[in-house]
Amino acid sequence: MQVTYYPGCSLQGTARDYAESILGICASLDIQLAEIPDWNCCGATAAHSIDHRASIELAGRTLNLAAKLPHADMLVPCPMCFNRLKTAAKTLLGDNPQRYGIKLEGPLPQIRDLADFMATEKMLAATAKQVKKPLAGLKVVCYYGCMASRPPEITGAKDFEDPQALDRIVENLGATPIPWPFKTDCCGASQVLSRLDIVSQLVGKLYDMAQRVGAQAIVVSCQMCQANLDMYQQKIEADWGRRFSLPVYYFTELIGLACNVKGVKDWMSRHITDPFSLLQELDLLNN
Amino acid sequence: MSQKILNPDYRLLEQIEAQGPFQAAACFQCRKCTNGCPVTFAMDLYPDDVIRLVILGQQETVLGCRTIWVCAACETCTTRCPNDVKIAELMDCLKEMAVQEGVPSPQPQILTLHETFLNNIKKRGRVYETTLLPAYLLKSGKLLEMWNSGTWRYDLKLGRQMFSKGRLPLRPQSIKGKKEVRKILTRRKQG
Repeated sequence: MQVTYYPGCSLQGTARDYAESILGICASLDIQLAEIPDWNCCGATAAHSIDHRASIELAGRTLNLAAKLPHADMLVPCPMCFNRLKTAAKTLLGDNPQRYGIKLEGPLPQIRDLADFMATEKMLAATAKQVKKPLAGLKVVCYYGCMASRPPEITGAKDFEDPQALDRIVENLGATPIPWPFKTDCCGASQVLSRLDIVSQLVGKLYDMAQRVGAQAIVVSCQMCQANLDMYQQKIEADWGRRFSLPVYYFTELIGLACNVKGVKDWMSRHITDPFSLLQELDLLNN
Repeated sequence: MSQKILNPDYRLLEQIEAQGPFQAAACFQCRKCTNGCPVTFAMDLYPDDVIRLVILGQQETVLGCRTIWVCAACETCTTRCPNDVKIAELMDCLKEMAVQEGVPSPQPQILTLHETFLNNIKKRGRVYETTLLPAYLLKSGKLLEMWNSGTWRYDLKLGRQMFSKGRLPLRPQSIKGKKEVRKILTRRKQG
C-alpha cells in the first residue's frame, strides 16, 4: 500500500524515536510512505497564535505539494500538523478563500491522523498477523492529548471526549489499556518552554491519575505530549514531591515491540525516562 | 483594567467578527468553556469573561490580559460550547490584534517563543530545534532566569542528554521553497 507522508519538523529532531519507529513498522506492514517533496513547517502554535493568515498559507503550501502525489491517503503522525493541515484545508475550501494568498490546486488526499489510520479494522487485522510476542501483562493508559480530537469540526473525530484508537491498537498487541478520565486533557504543549509551572501542574495530574488507575506506562501518539511527559518527568516529580516512574511510549514503538521489528531498543534509547526496566520486568524485551 | 465597563463600544465585536466569524455574540454565559478550561488557575480573566468583555467592547482589557496568552489552545472550550462560539480561535485573534496594536504582552516570554519560532522557520522553511531552543532562551531572558533560580542545572543536563540521544540534530534541513515560506511570513509586516 502506498500513502503520502508528512512527517513534520519535530520528527527530524526531538521526536526522531517516533520517526524511526514509524519507518520500522510501516516497512514490516508493507506500507510505502511517499514523503511529500519539499514540504514545509505547518506553522504550529506560533503561527496560529500571532499570524492567522500565515498559518493557513504555510499549511496550504504543503497541501498543494501533497495534491501532486497520486495517493488517496496522507498520513500525518504529529497531531499538531494534522490539525493545522485539516484547518487549512477546511478554510481554503470554505467561504472566504480569497482572504488568503494561496489557492488549493487539485484534489487533496484524505488527511489522516496516523493513530486513527492504524486503528482501522483493516490495519488492526494486518498488525495482528505480524504480532510475534504479545505484550502480556503490560498495563497502560492511552493518552491522546488535544490536537487529534479537537475541535471535532476540524478533526472529524466522533469519539472526541473518549477516543479509542490507541486503546484498540494496544489491546490488539496483547497489552491491557486501562480506561481513565484524562485521555484528552491538555499537557500544556509549547508552554513547556515559557511556563513550565503550568505544564508541571497539568502533567503532574496526568501522572497522578495514571498511577491511581494502576497503569505502568503511558502510551501516546503525539510527540509534543511525549516530550512533555518524558523529558520533564524528573522535574515534575521534584515539583510534586513524588516518584511516578512512568515510561512514555509511542504506540508505534509498542507495535514494533510486539511485532519484533528491528530497532526497537534503538528507538526507545532516545527516551529520557527509563523505558527498559518495566519491559525487562515483564520479560517483553528480547529483540 | 482601568476601562469603565459602563462604556460599551460595539465596534470591537464587529471588527473581530469580520476576521472570524467566531459567533461571540451567541454566548449566553453558561460558563462551560471556563469550567472545562485546564489553565484557568493561571488566568486573570476567565474565558467567558473575555467573551463578555469583547461583546462590551472593552478592548484595552481584553488585549492586555494574561488569559489570551496562557491559553494553551487545547480547544476544549470551542469543542464544548453549546452555541458554537469559537473561543480558542477568538483568543488567537485577540493575541494577533494585541501584537498588531503594539499592546505589550503580560507574558512576554510566550510571545517571544512564537516570534522566535516563526523567525526560525523563515530561515529554512522548517523548524530547526537545535537553534530554536538557545535563541529563545537568550531572547526571552529565560536563560538569565534559569541562572538566577538555579534550574539551569536540570536544563543543562537535559540538553546534554538530548544531544547524546540524538534528539537535537547537528545539521538543519533546508527546503527549496524557503523563499515562498519567507514571503508568507513577511507579508504581515508589510500590511
